[in-house]
Amino acid sequence: MVLAVALILLVVASLAFHFLSPWYFTPLASNWGLIDLTVNVTFIVTGLVFVAANLFMAWCIIRYRHRAGHKADYDPENTKLETWLTVGTSIGVVVMLAPGLVVWGQFVNVPDEASEFEAVGQQWHWSYRFPGDDGEFGNVDIRHITQENPFGMDPDDPTGRDDILIASPIVHLPVDQPMRAWLRSRDVLHDFAIPQFRVKMDLVPGHVSYLWFTPTVVGEYEILCEELCGLAHHTMRGRVVVDERADFEAWLDSHPTYAETMERGLGDGELGQASYALCGACHGQAGQGMQILNAPAIAGMDVEYTARQLRYYRDGVRGTHPEDTVGATMRPIMAAIPDDEAIQNVSAYIASMPVQPLEETIFGDVARGERIYGNCAACHGANGEGIWAVNAPALVGLNDWYLASQLRNFRDGIRGAHPGDLYGDQMMLMADILPSDDDVDDVVAYLNTLSGGTN
Amino acid sequence: MAYAAIADRDQHLHDPDTFITKYIWSQDHKVIAIQYAITAIFVGVVALVLSLLFRLQLGFPDTFNLVDPNQYYQYVTMHGMIMVIYLLTALFLGGFGNYLIPLMCGARDMVFPYMNMLSFWVYLLSVIVLLASFFVPGGPTGAGWTLYPPQAISEGTPGIGGGIVLMLVSLAIFIVAFTMGGLNYVTTVLQARTRGMTLMRMPLAVWGIFVATILGLLAFPALLVAAVMMTLDRVVGTSFFMPEMLSLGRELDYGGGSPILFQHLFWFFGHPEVYIVALPAFGIVSDVLSVHARKNIFGYRMMVWAIVLIGALSFVVWAHHMYVSGMNPYFGFFFATTTLIIAVPTALKVYNWILTLWRGDIHLRVPMLFAIGFIFTFIHGGLTGLFLGNVTVDLPLSDTYFVVGHFHMVMGVSPVLVVFAAIYHWFPKITGRMFNETLGKAHFWLTLLGTYSIYLPMHYLGILGVPRRYYAYGDTEFIPASAQTLNSGITVAALFVAAAQTLFFINVIWSLWKGPKADPNPWRATTLEWMTPDTPPKHGNWGAELPEVHRWPYDYSVPGESEDYIPQTEPPHKGVIAGRDHGVHH
Repeated sequence: MVLAVALILLVVASLAFHFLSPWYFTPLASNWGLIDLTVNVTFIVTGLVFVAANLFMAWCIIRYRHRAGHKADYDPENTKLETWLTVGTSIGVVVMLAPGLVVWGQFVNVPDEASEFEAVGQQWHWSYRFPGDDGEFGNVDIRHITQENPFGMDPDDPTGRDDILIASPIVHLPVDQPMRAWLRSRDVLHDFAIPQFRVKMDLVPGHVSYLWFTPTVVGEYEILCEELCGLAHHTMRGRVVVDERADFEAWLDSHPTYAETMERGLGDGELGQASYALCGACHGQAGQGMQILNAPAIAGMDVEYTARQLRYYRDGVRGTHPEDTVGATMRPIMAAIPDDEAIQNVSAYIASMPVQPLEETIFGDVARGERIYGNCAACHGANGEGIWAVNAPALVGLNDWYLASQLRNFRDGIRGAHPGDLYGDQMMLMADILPSDDDVDDVVAYLNTLSGGTN
Repeated sequence: MAYAAIADRDQHLHDPDTFITKYIWSQDHKVIAIQYAITAIFVGVVALVLSLLFRLQLGFPDTFNLVDPNQYYQYVTMHGMIMVIYLLTALFLGGFGNYLIPLMCGARDMVFPYMNMLSFWVYLLSVIVLLASFFVPGGPTGAGWTLYPPQAISEGTPGIGGGIVLMLVSLAIFIVAFTMGGLNYVTTVLQARTRGMTLMRMPLAVWGIFVATILGLLAFPALLVAAVMMTLDRVVGTSFFMPEMLSLGRELDYGGGSPILFQHLFWFFGHPEVYIVALPAFGIVSDVLSVHARKNIFGYRMMVWAIVLIGALSFVVWAHHMYVSGMNPYFGFFFATTTLIIAVPTALKVYNWILTLWRGDIHLRVPMLFAIGFIFTFIHGGLTGLFLGNVTVDLPLSDTYFVVGHFHMVMGVSPVLVVFAAIYHWFPKITGRMFNETLGKAHFWLTLLGTYSIYLPMHYLGILGVPRRYYAYGDTEFIPASAQTLNSGITVAALFVAAAQTLFFINVIWSLWKGPKADPNPWRATTLEWMTPDTPPKHGNWGAELPEVHRWPYDYSVPGESEDYIPQTEPPHKGVIAGRDHGVHH
């Protein structure tokens, strides 16, 4: 009896959970209302079966529970009943399958009026490409990938010269325009998923997959990687901003074509040297840093990383958090090198400076630090050398006190929380593994050993 | 008939004479079954503890810090692989298959006892190799239990050193062990049934194990091939699955391989694997329901054919795991159709279980509670399978917690409830003692209600869009704070369920020592294993004479009989109703 009552209560509780709990689909923001319809049809059919089967079972348990003198029926087969159940089940299956197949037919067939873009996945970033004025994508090949040509564009393919390259996890799309997303991975499997659009598809290296949707609601939505792609899988986030057509066009025009990125290059260090005089006042003319001024050593830092951070300071993405008082001192300096080209040049100069020997100021449990660093090494390299391809700067050659302060800032949301900080949210997620300042010190102490510290 | 060939032969049984040959290097199927079961349950407990560690991270991401991302992915991977292969497959086939097939078919042992013994020791070796990966530099693989290349063997995934190689080698060893056992189970069922035990007089437990074993013999080779090829890709640098690709900015020396090929091979094994676990559970639960409802299983012939049909169809649905894998999307039409067709025989099995209760005489003893609990969780897990099997419905749900909820309900909770039903049901025969009914009931209630409160909410996290295999969520905008509260609740429920399992272990250990002596046939069941001259059965099972079978295994509550069951060994007499016994050909 208790069992029968429990089964009835479980059915009631399941229905209550379904109808009353706040967790259900996010509001739809694409054309794929039909997908929601197929889900709802399935819920109705399976819900009816769930309730009917369990309530009948509960009734059987009550009605036919063992009582003295009661004997079971001897009833091996009932062909008529079995036939009816087979027919009924088959009808239920058809009711669910038929709309599923029809909608899938729409999903695999991209409408002719669809525009195209490409989403490129790599461990653990998104970037995007639009075909440009000629409406055609240029050839790409991973063999062409360098820091100057991170998309691997074929330099000899004229159709690629006007391709617009979005080296950022944020992409804008026009509202009410069907979009075909070509999906390309340069390393492992990834998955392009936007919950509010209801669609997702894996990216497979050596192969180009696709999906399509029409964004219908202006707004911002997160792009998630939903195929396990390694250690930092959960930090592989992108963002799609659905704009009115004009806003979208303006956004697209603000991005360089492949030809423009080649022209610009990574900056000219010799031209940047002059601007560096101002930096040297705090960071030292050899870039060796001055702890007393809270100015870390910067000599030899990766050019793209440095340029990105300088742009952040200029644009108020970094150094504006109320608790980042040290970072705030960089903000006025940036008035002196306001344009992208100057930033690129001074960054190139900084990258060309030889790394200076550093004093060790933080000590901790190196063995423990090494274990923690196992989580950092995937991006920053086994020896802390940094990997430009994953936008991860070198950690050796930086002052330990600076590293510790930045790790604490990431952990505490002082750095990386600004929506304009493209990769800062990844460090915020990863810094979760350093809940105490001892954790920070241990991992920094380990990094000191990689730098060949003074002791 | 086949049974005459071997069953009557005077089989030499390698009689054990020392402690070692009786309990360690034993060739007795019952001892091997227990060895298999103990090893599988031990390694299952390891996997359970791993799940608690990562559930604490998911439920309370800022509180415990027991696992970092490396360990998180490693534990998730090992938990999944251990539970599916090293616990459930080994326990149902190596454990229950070994114990039940000879006893239920009326054989003295498996037909190849020496190979049967080897099967266990090779299985144990595979477990040792698997667990050894915790102690190599870099630790076990964290590639996810599906081990998808390229990431499984490229930088950025935990355990790409020794860990992944040991995993692949362990799987290959496991498959060798399974093949030795599996050939035994199939041959024994086909060749060593006793006189009168026609195929259509076999209990459904044997049918389920038999067909599952055939599935395993056909499906595991695909995994073996995949494991061998991936090992070569990793160790020798071949490119079976590895395309031309970068790895953290460096171009690798691979080219021309196909990551999707691996997925086809994996799931060509992986989907039948679901039924390798499910079919024995289906069979066992059918028998438990019939015994405790004192009623024949409803629609025996249909149940047999459903097992066979499900087994066959399970080989043509595999790519429903790959709807969003980037394979040719037109595959979706075919695999959605085959997948939903398989729902029909599966649903019929559920109807027949419930119709077995209908007009029965239901004794709600502990094994029966677990069996009915199974029907409930299997209905739930089966129905959510209709979401994921239907290609369009799968689109928003794939790779989310809906999938995790579904497969835990259908392939975790449901088979484990059957495992418990079976252990409680056959405990008196295996040990000769009764278990404690009160502890058993407490174990049932905590397990059923606890697991349901873990997995029901998970489906809704999935509908919301929460992706699986995330170490942490940070502040993902579409995930409300309440979802994290729900996640904490799920973790608390998981801790409760895990703690409740100690009741089971206490009950088993206590009853082994102090349980009251069991009647040889305490449930008054009809099948042969309850007819052994000794309880527990001795080596050779049957004494001087093999039992002879005269009827199907479901003669419960036959009208006009004074007892409500007629053992299979009972010769025909006035009470038999002609035509109901499918084993008799007129």
